[in-house]
Amino acid sequence: MAYLELNNIYKTYGEGENSTEVLSNINLTMEEGEFVAIVGFTGSGKTTLVNLINGLLQPTSGEVLFKGVPVTDTSHERGVIFQNYSLLPWLTVGQNVYMAVKEAFPKESKKVLMERVKEYVGMVNLSPAINKRPKELSGGMRQRVAVARALAMNPEMIIMDEPLGALDALTRGNLQDEILNIWSQDKRTALLITNDVDEGIYMADRIIPLKPGPNATLGPEFKIDIERPRDKTAMNDNPEYKKTRNAIIEYLMDIGDERKTISEVEYKLPELTPKSFVA
Amino acid sequence: MEQEMVLKNENSLFSSLKQMLLKLTPSIKKDGIIKSLKNTGITFLSILLFIGLWQMGSKALYNKEADYRIEKALTERGEEAAVAERVCIESGDSSCQPNTLPSPSQVWASLKSLVADHQVIRADKAAFAEKMAVTNEKMISQGKDPIVYTGRASFVDIVLTSIKTVFAGFLLAMFIAVPIGIIIGLSPSLRSAFNWFIQIFKPVSPVVWYLLVFMIVKTLYIGDSSDNAFVISFISVGLCAMWATLVNTAMGVASVDKDYINVAKVLKLGTFQKVFKVILPSSLPLIFTGLRITLSVAWMVLIAIELLAQSQGLGLFVWEEFQNGANDSNSKIIVAMFVIGIIGFLLDRLMLAVQNMVSFNKNEMA
Repeated sequence: MAYLELNNIYKTYGEGENSTEVLSNINLTMEEGEFVAIVGFTGSGKTTLVNLINGLLQPTSGEVLFKGVPVTDTSHERGVIFQNYSLLPWLTVGQNVYMAVKEAFPKESKKVLMERVKEYVGMVNLSPAINKRPKELSGGMRQRVAVARALAMNPEMIIMDEPLGALDALTRGNLQDEILNIWSQDKRTALLITNDVDEGIYMADRIIPLKPGPNATLGPEFKIDIERPRDKTAMNDNPEYKKTRNAIIEYLMDIGDERKTISEVEYKLPELTPKSFVA
Repeated sequence: MEQEMVLKNENSLFSSLKQMLLKLTPSIKKDGIIKSLKNTGITFLSILLFIGLWQMGSKALYNKEADYRIEKALTERGEEAAVAERVCIESGDSSCQPNTLPSPSQVWASLKSLVADHQVIRADKAAFAEKMAVTNEKMISQGKDPIVYTGRASFVDIVLTSIKTVFAGFLLAMFIAVPIGIIIGLSPSLRSAFNWFIQIFKPVSPVVWYLLVFMIVKTLYIGDSSDNAFVISFISVGLCAMWATLVNTAMGVASVDKDYINVAKVLKLGTFQKVFKVILPSSLPLIFTGLRITLSVAWMVLIAIELLAQSQGLGLFVWEEFQNGANDSNSKIIVAMFVIGIIGFLLDRLMLAVQNMVSFNKNEMA
């Protein structure tokens, strides 16, 4: 039995004539401890897919099975890192994390919980900022708080919805390493949604492209057989890396072209000749 | 907008004082001084211009009424009466003064007399308390009610009564509107159930609210001789003013950022936690905007309602002075007008300060 299973998922928004099918025929299986990345264009239904897996949305047809049980609601077993951080702006860093921890371990004493908060805030190197509000932090720091909040709940699986999309390249690289470090410590199952192929190759065991919506569906998977821990600079010369990267990008370019040709409409221009005022 | 400007000017007044102190020591911010001096100067000029126009207007009105009186005496009672009237008006005798818009100096004099009157009444009260101290002690030890001062209220007492009424009404509005607003905001079906109610009762005039409250309170107080004017007026004020808070709270709660709701779902917060930890904090800015509107509406309708309810506040003061028609009545009304305006402005500033203190995104709000 697979750890996470998506069987023939269809998701439609709206009803009747106005309905649009965002996802169609999505099938995916993940094993425990695996790191899977899904890459796709913006607007291809990635966030919808994430929300189906974490339980915020229900599929129109098909089923999501988590450890063999259908997903009908959110669960503390699946931690989510949102695209836009989604920190509560009226709480400090510590309070944001504390709120999550308190829900995940309702029976623990306040002291134990505070220790846990400090531990995870320290893990993402934000100890000096623990009493600051999200507004006072940079984008990268905010996303680190979101990472700490998700991990402090000790989820079995981490779902990341373009967690680094809004960050600059340098911060992005640092945070990738931080997330990988934490992941490798106790080998949780991880699902990463991204629009960056390099990020996917650097972090994941498998990459699955999402064909853009409407009617988005998953493409063929690409296995990444590069030893961990991976070295970013060395990777650039790795023939395996080059091959996989080219294959994925070629695939994405092809579906991109396909999409363009579909949307191409021919307009018939009226035949006009300029009127001469002279003669 | 105007209030904002006034505040700015006050700030600049303060900062210009500071700048002037700095000027005594070697200063480098010369541009700043010139700018703030200029602002202060403009404010002073506009105040002077206002007082000048007021003075001219009141003078013109005074002359018009004086001429009419002399003319009337001439046509009705003859030459002699007209001369007597003219002499009487010019002498400043209170029996024949034209009763019109008072001049700034008359208003200033009235203000001083109101303050002096307050001192007298306060002294009177203290004397009364001293005189009755022994008797009252006896009365209390015998289990009877002590004798209290029942003399006329001074202007300061009147202002305090008004402020007390407006705050009681404001608190009532808050305790009714915020909880109901939250409940309506949370449930779309309750929202549509309440919608007609809000739409119909929101535009009802303060006077009608007063009459409604009067009907109910009068019956509740039946057989009770105690003064219920305060109760009636603060309830009416609360009911008139609560709508802005009700609508804003419902809107704030209903329009919480979907991301925050998703966070609450992913963390699996209970309903109580979700409301108090996520929904309420995120709608606080809108709730406070509503409360600020409520307080200023409360102060506006207070005057009319006090007048109707015969509550010893500024509204009744203004009306009684108008009915009274004494020589200085008109200038007392103008004094009350300025006091009402200034208190209204201060109340709004107070709410703004509280709002800024409570809201998490104050920088974004500004």
